Amino acid sequence: MTVLEVDNIKAGYGDTEILHGVSCRVGEGEIVSIIGPNGAGKSTLMKAILGLLKPSEGRIIFNGRDITGKDPDQIVKEGICYVPQSDNVFPSLTVDENLEMGAFIRKDDYKKRMDEIYQIFPDLKEKRKTKARKLSGGQRQMVAIGRALMLDPKLLLLDEPSAGLAPKLIQMIFDKIIKINQTGISILMVEQNARKALEVSHRGYVLAMGRNRFEDTGEALLNNEEIGKLYLGE
Amino acid sequence: MDIASRISQLVIYGIISGSIITLGAIGLSLTYGILKFANFAHGDVMSLGAFVALFFLAIFRLANLPTQPLYPLSFGLPLILAFILGMITTGVVAIVIDKILYRRLRTTGSVTLLIASVGVSFVLRNFIQFVWGPQPRYYIKKIQITERIPFLGVRIKPDEVFIICVAIFLVIFLHLFLKNTKMGKAMRATSDNMDLARVSGIDTESVINWTWAIGSALAAAGGILAGIENKFITPNFGWDMLLFIFAAVVLGGVGSPYGAILGGMIIGLSGEVSTAFISTSYKPAVAFIIMIVMLLNRPRGILGEK
Repeated sequence: MTVLEVDNIKAGYGDTEILHGVSCRVGEGEIVSIIGPNGAGKSTLMKAILGLLKPSEGRIIFNGRDITGKDPDQIVKEGICYVPQSDNVFPSLTVDENLEMGAFIRKDDYKKRMDEIYQIFPDLKEKRKTKARKLSGGQRQMVAIGRALMLDPKLLLLDEPSAGLAPKLIQMIFDKIIKINQTGISILMVEQNARKALEVSHRGYVLAMGRNRFEDTGEALLNNEEIGKLYLGE
Repeated sequence: MDIASRISQLVIYGIISGSIITLGAIGLSLTYGILKFANFAHGDVMSLGAFVALFFLAIFRLANLPTQPLYPLSFGLPLILAFILGMITTGVVAIVIDKILYRRLRTTGSVTLLIASVGVSFVLRNFIQFVWGPQPRYYIKKIQITERIPFLGVRIKPDEVFIICVAIFLVIFLHLFLKNTKMGKAMRATSDNMDLARVSGIDTESVINWTWAIGSALAAAGGILAGIENKFITPNFGWDMLLFIFAAVVLGGVGSPYGAILGGMIIGLSGEVSTAFISTSYKPAVAFIIMIVMLLNRPRGILGEK
């Protein structure tokens, strides 16, 4: 079953079009990566899916419903949560409060969900009352992902989850992503760290100059010589 | 009077005027934190609150509410009711102004909003002058005798104790609100990062409404307390206080309500204590100098982040 279907969208900032017709698909339970050089439009695609940018053309279907052009808060309610690349925590709020803000639209008791998230990220548990500003980069990234998980989304969008992290932490974050995926959440991520991302992904897309270049399983993309040369730095 | 007891008396005055400045500064800092613009109409919102309370006082007089003072204060129940209603009305007016004006300009950037707020300031001040006239209007006609605080050797009026207590109560109330309620936390989150708040599903429009309501109600409280302290109010008094409020906000750290409390007390105290050494007319200059020194050395203020 398809969770997300992006169909030939065009989007950009003001008069500058960045995406000249991009399509992609995320199936239920899948981890899908979007890789490509700087300026390929990876982050723009994320923002368009979440409604932070309005596509000028094309359609975005989530869970069988057309969400093209909706506002972010409506899209969040549909079940897509997003972790931006930077500035992705509330620095003056504690870890607990950050998670609580992720659950802002939940009317029911979110405490159980919070416990589940502390089980995924046990390191955060002892930092519950610490302000996010005082955390390390890796811990902050865990808070950011944890916040996005509070609504128990069907689809999680991750924008460069490993950006700026030490190599040891990068592996840890990807392990967590697999763990989150195993709880039944589909994941669409954009990564600069293409090799690592494709290793954990079921499928991947290569984006360049705002257009689709390649599409295949993560393994096939890793073994593709041309992609290796052009995008994986071999 | 020797210099030490004179200064300790001035410290009392400083705490009183600091309480009033603090209430104004908190609102300015809250709106700045979330909407990222300096609201030049905030002083006039203080005046508006004070005049709205005056309006309710007049109504209560017509309604023949018992006016005997609540001992040891020099005013009675009507002023306390007018105080509460003045805060609520001003909060509602602020939301209405946002809906009519600021909301439409929100995407245009902070300079446009700032200029618009200068316009709002003119409109409010002249509206007040049009309705109530330019002459001073009295809250309390009775003259109150100061009481000596035992052991400290300073004198204070019961009304002034009331002013300080109300300010402390409101500040504690705000603290508990920001710390413990869902809306309070959402306000802090939105102030930290509006975009992230939106993608978390936080209803930022209602956060903005609450911010206007709370900031303006606290400004109204400050205005009414200033009226109690001075006995009378004029249409210009809020505008005249704006410099002190800005100085307090800059000093404490723009966008930080706790900084505004600290800044408000420092500006209030330094202004009053300076009168032991220099002429009273230099009070605004003292506030200005503190603000400039702070901007030159630590532009983010005492508690400001980044």
